[in-house]
Amino acid sequence: MNLADVLRFSFASLAGARTRTLLMVLAMSIGVAAVVVLTSLGEGARGYVVGQFSSLGTNLVIVFPGRSETTGNPGMLLGETPRDLTLDDALTLTRSRAIRRIAPLTVGSALVTTHRRNRETPVLGSTAEMLEIRHMSMGQGRFLPGGDPRQATPVCVLGAKVKAELFGTRQAVGEWLRIGDRRFRVIGVLASQGQSMGFDTDELVIIPVASAQILFNTSSLFRILVEARSREDIARARSDTEEILAKRHDGERDVTVITQDAVLATFDRILRALTLAVAGIAAISLAVAGILIMNVMLIAVSQRRQEIGLLKAIGAAPAQIRALFFAEAAVLSSAGAMAGLVLGMAGSYIVGRIYPVLPLMPPWWAVVAAFGTALVTGILFSVAPARRASRLDPVESLARH
Amino acid sequence: MIRLEGIQRVFQVGDQEVRALRDINLSIGAGEYLSLMGPSGSGKSTLLNLIGLLDRPSAGLYRLDERDVTGLSDEEQAQVRREKIGFVFQFFHLIPRLSAAANIELPLLLAGVPADQRKSRVSRLIEGFGLTGRDTHRPDQLSGGQRQRVAIARATVMNPAVILADEPTGNLDRATGQEVMNILEGLAARGVTLILVTHDPEIGNRATRKLRMVDGKIVADQRT
Repeated sequence: MNLADVLRFSFASLAGARTRTLLMVLAMSIGVAAVVVLTSLGEGARGYVVGQFSSLGTNLVIVFPGRSETTGNPGMLLGETPRDLTLDDALTLTRSRAIRRIAPLTVGSALVTTHRRNRETPVLGSTAEMLEIRHMSMGQGRFLPGGDPRQATPVCVLGAKVKAELFGTRQAVGEWLRIGDRRFRVIGVLASQGQSMGFDTDELVIIPVASAQILFNTSSLFRILVEARSREDIARARSDTEEILAKRHDGERDVTVITQDAVLATFDRILRALTLAVAGIAAISLAVAGILIMNVMLIAVSQRRQEIGLLKAIGAAPAQIRALFFAEAAVLSSAGAMAGLVLGMAGSYIVGRIYPVLPLMPPWWAVVAAFGTALVTGILFSVAPARRASRLDPVESLARH
Repeated sequence: MIRLEGIQRVFQVGDQEVRALRDINLSIGAGEYLSLMGPSGSGKSTLLNLIGLLDRPSAGLYRLDERDVTGLSDEEQAQVRREKIGFVFQFFHLIPRLSAAANIELPLLLAGVPADQRKSRVSRLIEGFGLTGRDTHRPDQLSGGQRQRVAIARATVMNPAVILADEPTGNLDRATGQEVMNILEGLAARGVTLILVTHDPEIGNRATRKLRMVDGKIVADQRT
């Protein structure tokens, strides 16, 4: 008996019990579809987060003042606060050959006033390099001017939303406004970008870093964004940064340097674990479908006792009977898996239409795993029924009860 | 060709032992036409199943074509059944979802005969058994006589040396029964060993050798 014959025979017996077949295919396909949809949701979330991180900039190294340490720090005992990160610190970093450019950041919140309206807004002090490092783009006008960052020029760039709230549809570029107690001229409006990792650039006002330091009366920086020359240079940029700053801070390593890569990798791991967990839960429904198949196959064995007895009488060996029942389960579960894949793809597509920000695409490994699990459970759970069938006593099963 | 020596078959029913066959000694030559008669419960079907290797004796020796088949494994016995034995049952035992042709084809399928050979052998039988035009019909679309003819065609498609028929006319009216008997006797005339279980004396007496069983023993062995 060759494979084609076995399969033809199984198809015929599945077609002979249409309702039963359809129900089992349905159960199997729901399990597979669940795995596909849930993993594509998880992968979508991961892709979303990774995308958000990349929109923050590429090859970024971020420096912040202070150092979190769990070991005893004598400085803490002596009541010494960590040294501030200054603009000069930031500017020295450009000496490293691994670093392409840097953007110092000062952050504060101030009341922004035009002659008609006012609004409390986060204010970001930075330099011209910020535009490139953060991958922002201009809607109108220009960004902060280059030149010496120590110079406090009274100009500002508005986020798209701030502009809309303060000026409405009127022209903003060239107008003067008041931030805190100082006057600034609007030289540009950012293109609307939406949220990126909690930093809504649409709601920001950006001014030169020196102006911000005067405005907020501080000499320290909130962050320094460092862009390495290339991906390979990230590690060097990081160690150079630590080196240079330690030298400037009398050998004290009192800053924290993180790389975007490390943060990205962490998020990536967390979300992948989440996806796996969700896939695992979905896989349970596959196992349930497998048990259902076993159940129905067992019923089929007792319903088809006469047929099995007859097959034995006309010379079917036990192995052949097992093969027939196996093939039936395999055909069933692969049909279910196939239907499930189609269903899952359709489901992912629909969810993707509802949440267009998520890049929904079931990962290939999930598709393979779902298909494989469906087949394996289907076949595994048909072992018992197939064995039972092959062990039936032909005389008894042929007898009319 | 068939030799049974000291065959016993004991069934365990609850805590009672039922001795269905007691010390059967029988030898059947190739091409014999033999009927097994006796009251129900006399063990004639058990004996038939034993000869057909559907059942194993509790004790004794069974030789088929000079080969001891008592100790064969399930797989080996299946092969012997496939190649040497054809069964005809009272209730036909056709597979309801398969067409007449597909039912006849089944033993060839199990034996792994290539598809093109299967087709020609099946169509020859369909013609020979007067089933032309019925080959695509399913069993429930056939009359009783036609069903039994399909079943006999299935039993002969592998050209077995022995045909075992258990009450082949038991479920048919007299005329169709007659028709089926003619077919079976036609096979016997061509040299197939035919063993017939029946309790209809009119049919049983047509055989050239008549065995009578009572209480698991052969009480009469009559040749004409």
